[in-house]
Amino acid sequence: MADPNIQQLAERVNSDAWLVHRGRYLDVRFLVASGTDQYVIEIHKGRIDSIEHGPFVMPRWTFAMKAEPDVWEKFCVSHPAPRFHDLMALIRFKTLLLEGDQHPFMANLLYFKDVFACLRPLEISL
Amino acid sequence: MNPTTQPYFEPVTGRYLHLELLGQMHRIYVEEAGEGTPLLCLHTAGSDTRQYRALLNDPALLAKYRVITFDLPRHGKSSPGAGWHKFEYKLTSRDYVDIICAVTDALALEKPIVMGCSIGGRIVLNLALECPERFGALIGLQSGAHVHPYYDLQWLHRPDVQGGETCAGIVSGLIGPGAPETDRWETLWHYMQGGPGVFKGDLYFYKIDGDLRQKVSQIDTRRCPLYLLTGEYDYSCTPEDSLELERLIPGSHLTLMEGIGHFPMSEDPERFLSYLRPVLEQIESSKVARND
Repeated sequence: MADPNIQQLAERVNSDAWLVHRGRYLDVRFLVASGTDQYVIEIHKGRIDSIEHGPFVMPRWTFAMKAEPDVWEKFCVSHPAPRFHDLMALIRFKTLLLEGDQHPFMANLLYFKDVFACLRPLEISL
Repeated sequence: MNPTTQPYFEPVTGRYLHLELLGQMHRIYVEEAGEGTPLLCLHTAGSDTRQYRALLNDPALLAKYRVITFDLPRHGKSSPGAGWHKFEYKLTSRDYVDIICAVTDALALEKPIVMGCSIGGRIVLNLALECPERFGALIGLQSGAHVHPYYDLQWLHRPDVQGGETCAGIVSGLIGPGAPETDRWETLWHYMQGGPGVFKGDLYFYKIDGDLRQKVSQIDTRRCPLYLLTGEYDYSCTPEDSLELERLIPGSHLTLMEGIGHFPMSEDPERFLSYLRPVLEQIESSKVARND
């Protein structure tokens, strides 16, 4: 996963009032791994409160999403290819491993899909 | 004045058919439009007849075909059978075939073309195996012999998760990324409206009971032509799954649909029709050749 993308994730998510509203019952810490590179993202009432960059000593998280860097790179493009266009597609083909307590993720699945879609470049109309 | 801003009725007629299914009377919602060769359309798991709204409004199609679609029991506007609240719903191959044949008989459809998507794309394979002479042709959309479960189905029906939104979340990525926004969200809306446990119960057929890998090679396309259309973005029934099906069934014809996902008729109707029309023309040509 490209660092610039994830560092601007909080701004992209938190500036989308409807997306934040849809996550209003969500409070969770989760881990995103891109190979050995790790981030812990904390969400409070649908807003991203913090994104911590590892390495970590004894990180705490409710669920973790682990994929190799090339998988995240293919996922994060504007027009992803089949099999790399959706989080559930990554899970289906075992290129994304979802670990831990999946309840917050599954109960807010459309929200999380849109959060991760924020990793993709903005479509700019000329 | 733009005619599209004026109120208008679609050419679709919706009616409730009362008939015996699976040993008890049912109230089944049926929609149809057009005249000509009957084209019976089967919706996907957890959805309903609205997926075929564009086909039911396509003038070129309606000039040649009587397009018919019905909601399975528990789906759309079809009522569940009495006593539904006392047991877990699980669709089986046997029940699904019996329902389709009963509706076909009740509507007195003579040699209809049956086109089904997803679970409907699977069940046309059962129809090809069990009673091919009843049908003029079979069209399987997103059709494969088997799908391995790739997520825990329990998430689709449990009290601590909002079922409709989770079902929509599960299938949202099955839609091609380039699908028109309105059609994408209409397709997901149908999933959000599904009854509790219905999508999960349908998937019992799709992922557990309806495994046809050992049987599909017995399909004889000389008894009933079989056409397959599969979208490239579908990761439930992948293009590879349909290619394997085509390989196992001599005489079947597969078309891969660029840019399309798991719900072609609903997620991107115009693009889908551009793939469907040649298939219907082939079916008509082969009927003429066979002197049907």
